[in-house]
Amino acid sequence: MTTKLSNAQIAWRAAQDIPDGAYVNLGIGFPEMVAKFKPEGREVIYHTENGVLDFGEAPPAGEEDWDLINAGKKPVTLNPGASFFHHADSFAMVRGGHLDVAILGAYEVAENGDLANWSTGPGSVPAVGGAMDLVHGAKRVCVITDHVTKKGEPKLVKKCSLPLTGVGCVTTVYTSLAVIDIVNSRFVLREKLPSMSIEELQAVTGAELVIDGPVGDLIVPEV
Amino acid sequence: MNKVYPGIEDALADIQDGMSVMIGGFGGSGAPIELIHTLIDRYRKTGSPGNLTVINNNAGNGAVGIAAMIYAGMVKKMVCSFPRSSDPKAFTDKYLAGEIELELVPQGTLAERIRAGGAGIPAFYTPTSYGTLVAEGKPVAEFDGRMYVQERWLKADVAIIKAELADTKGNLTYNKAARNFSPLMAMAAKLTIVQARKIVPAGGIDPEHVITPGIFVDRIVEVSDPKQEEVLLREGVQA
Repeated sequence: MTTKLSNAQIAWRAAQDIPDGAYVNLGIGFPEMVAKFKPEGREVIYHTENGVLDFGEAPPAGEEDWDLINAGKKPVTLNPGASFFHHADSFAMVRGGHLDVAILGAYEVAENGDLANWSTGPGSVPAVGGAMDLVHGAKRVCVITDHVTKKGEPKLVKKCSLPLTGVGCVTTVYTSLAVIDIVNSRFVLREKLPSMSIEELQAVTGAELVIDGPVGDLIVPEV
Repeated sequence: MNKVYPGIEDALADIQDGMSVMIGGFGGSGAPIELIHTLIDRYRKTGSPGNLTVINNNAGNGAVGIAAMIYAGMVKKMVCSFPRSSDPKAFTDKYLAGEIELELVPQGTLAERIRAGGAGIPAFYTPTSYGTLVAEGKPVAEFDGRMYVQERWLKADVAIIKAELADTKGNLTYNKAARNFSPLMAMAAKLTIVQARKIVPAGGIDPEHVITPGIFVDRIVEVSDPKQEEVLLREGVQA
């Protein structure tokens, strides 16, 4: 019986909610995996902050063009209908409300939608990139994450303890155990692993899980 | 009018100690490697230009480009959004030792500050960074029920950028995602110096295809076979 979803399975679940025709930005790293699980028959146009719309998969080794990369500085290819633009236009797409979905990772998400995902605090070199921009503007700001930290502490919390990326910005959280919407500053439980009771899920969640409507089974294929 | 310089050294001659320098590129794409390394060569020979404030999205990777400038000791301060890379040692060591300053700016805010600098807009409001450490000390205001942070324009003494084609009047095109910050930086600097893969006569670029109009460009040099930062890194170029 599944005790928790793998990262690939979390990415698969998030991908199912991306509608046909959506303009989507996937954060660097784990969120990039969502593209692999786009349901058959849906067209999704990916935006990357460095100035490309409608990029495709990585090229075969040896065919990289280092002027054609994504925000993670990995080589990509172009789909028919792709376009290039400068950075101010790229972030106009972000902040101007033109993106349908942004998917990011998280250190912590608070019940009011605050997100912490850029800094683990003093002692390291701070680096923010486009995360603070991406959380403002996309119609849906989704987080994909393990439900708890490596030490087993909740990542869904009452109030973030780490430096914030944005205030009240997250719409939906896809975790290794559940799918949770943020509505009126509360965590509203939408789906959970069938093997887990609500009480067990609440025990590893740092703020109240509100039940408002049906709670579905979070069932994801092996991927 | 002829903006074409025969040599890179001459084109860069007016870059002096203490200047602010915008450098085009996002990671290696669009990085004007030949301009940067000619500047480093001059610094190693003459001790100038040092004490520079460098504006770029990143803070160098490996030992090439901006990382090489940092290793050489020319950079006093970085203004950037993401001073991490696959090999960020050049910046990280100096930053943790307190030998280089950092002004961290969210990426979209960095782009818009540069655009504003070039467009004569001294400040603007953005939702980005509201309620975060990055917004501390900055004025905030409410518009239509939402909170925004005031950010100021960003200008520089010099911009050095890489283009694909330039015509003799300074009109530019770029190659794919190498465009990134360069059209903005060309607007925001007092002196914009361009390395182009090919220089064509005026009229050699269809006006419909010009990305940066020549009014934003002062000097052009042709570098017909430009090095890619990423390729140099993979070849293991050392400081």
